[in-house]
Amino acid sequence: MKPETRKKIQDLFQHYPQRRGALLPAIYLVQEELGHVSPQSARELAELFEIEPVAVWEVLTFYNMFYTEPQGRHHVYVCTNLPCSLRGARTLLRGIEDHLGVSCGQTTSDGRVTLGHEECLGSCGTAPMMRVDGQYHENLDLDRALKIVDDLD
Amino acid sequence: MLIQPFTTHYLSEHYGDDAYRTLAGYESRGGFKGLRAALQREPEEVIELVKSSGLRGRGGAGFNTGLKWSFMPKGDERTKVLVCNGDESEPGSFKDRLIMERGAFQILEGLLIAAWATGSQKSFISIRGVYKYPIECVRAAVNEMYARGYLGRDIFGEPGFHHDVVVHSGAGAYICGEETGLLESLEGKKGQPRKKPPFPAQHGAFGLPTTVNNIETFAHVPFILSRGVDWFRGFGTDKSPGTTLFGVSGHVERPGLFELPLGTPLGAIIEQAGGVRGGRALKAVIPGGMSMPVLTPSDLDVPMAEEFLSERGTHLGTGGVMVMDDTTCMVRAACVVSYFFRDESCGQCTQCREGTGWIHKLCQRIEAGRGRPGDLTLLENVPGMMEGQTICAFADAAAWPIKGLLRHFRHEFEQHIHDQCCPFPESFEL
Repeated sequence: MKPETRKKIQDLFQHYPQRRGALLPAIYLVQEELGHVSPQSARELAELFEIEPVAVWEVLTFYNMFYTEPQGRHHVYVCTNLPCSLRGARTLLRGIEDHLGVSCGQTTSDGRVTLGHEECLGSCGTAPMMRVDGQYHENLDLDRALKIVDDLD
Repeated sequence: MLIQPFTTHYLSEHYGDDAYRTLAGYESRGGFKGLRAALQREPEEVIELVKSSGLRGRGGAGFNTGLKWSFMPKGDERTKVLVCNGDESEPGSFKDRLIMERGAFQILEGLLIAAWATGSQKSFISIRGVYKYPIECVRAAVNEMYARGYLGRDIFGEPGFHHDVVVHSGAGAYICGEETGLLESLEGKKGQPRKKPPFPAQHGAFGLPTTVNNIETFAHVPFILSRGVDWFRGFGTDKSPGTTLFGVSGHVERPGLFELPLGTPLGAIIEQAGGVRGGRALKAVIPGGMSMPVLTPSDLDVPMAEEFLSERGTHLGTGGVMVMDDTTCMVRAACVVSYFFRDESCGQCTQCREGTGWIHKLCQRIEAGRGRPGDLTLLENVPGMMEGQTICAFADAAAWPIKGLLRHFRHEFEQHIHDQCCPFPESFEL
């Protein structure tokens, strides 16, 4: 990781009564820089936090929003929990799968989009919806969803 | 994006107003009156007042908020910590998100009242990672509070009243909504819940005395202080005072949030949401987020408050009302529900880790037309082996909805097994 990232992580330590509290935000910073956390980055984090590498790895693999493998340039996640499913989320997901030519969980061959589904995203009143990178797109129909996906660089 | 609930009371009255999202706008609309009133009283008195208001936690368990505060040790030299639980992940719940986006200062004011009452010096507002925009909104509010001198040292003219707030982003795990799972996540660990005792008030975040409250709970507190207990008790029921933000989703004409007094009948809430969509008939309603057992059309009269819902074998939970019309296949619903719990089990306790997998496998097999004669007995037995057997309440939350579906819709499971196919071709796609 870059020295700037390392510096940002060290700045986080002061906000927590124990250094390790800053581990989740630190992982986010590594992902921001590198897209995912490789075993090498995990070792660097372990050193910085003065904990065993496995302690970093188990945290990485416990949470859905941390990635240990390279990802597409964009994440498209369709919420498929019950409130969204009742309003057609799975039909929407199938439509996006067909359009991109990948199955849920895969990345397009050009590395542009990783498609996934997520459990309830707290958008039940505006279902169906999808999360594209950090942003919510709500009250979707397939046409609008495909346009949003096609507009990603 | 929702800007405002469809019906509002005191809590969401100003949510449609952008100025309410600035410190100056919040203050000119009555903001910080509650905190200033609290500072006129001894901390003990504030706890007693909140206790007598009957405010119940809005995160699902419905515990008396003031009573929870009173568990914080007195005369303890350690730093005391408040944790605001913004990990809203209960399927069907989307109220805390709106409060963070439109009423962040309410949360912070409630937090400071709790800090005064319990003698806490530090707060963590932990928000689920996918809530990127709500996190930005809360961070902006915290920064404005620091800039104005409303956070930090000797705040609000009270020498010795120090308080710091850290906004912490979660990373995607339903179990971190469980208070000790949340504490583990704050400590940079896997969010696996802790055994209790010790309770968080004795040994919480980083081993420090800690109180955890939900976002909405904190947001109600300022109103109790500024307008009084009697006024607050004018809303809701005797045992469940105040309003709440009911989230209505699924097969209704107008899904969304509705701030209504606790105890509003279920049918009236669904009516507010425009009724069942397309004029279809109602089949089932999950009243309080997905962990809560399902109700049927005969329950539309039930007042939506814990004391009445528990008589019908279910709970208020987070007030997430999921409506299903007569096209819905309840076995498909069971597949979605059981997938979620299998996916989100933290894996710590055998009963939960294995049980959630079994339940999902059985539901899927039955839905796919491959159900076997003994499957229903098994599906009835597995939840019983999980409930009350584990470190946290997650296993109960995974067991209850399945038990509820079997209680009211057993015939649909039987029909699937008998016909060896799903008899509801019009149901939502799986």
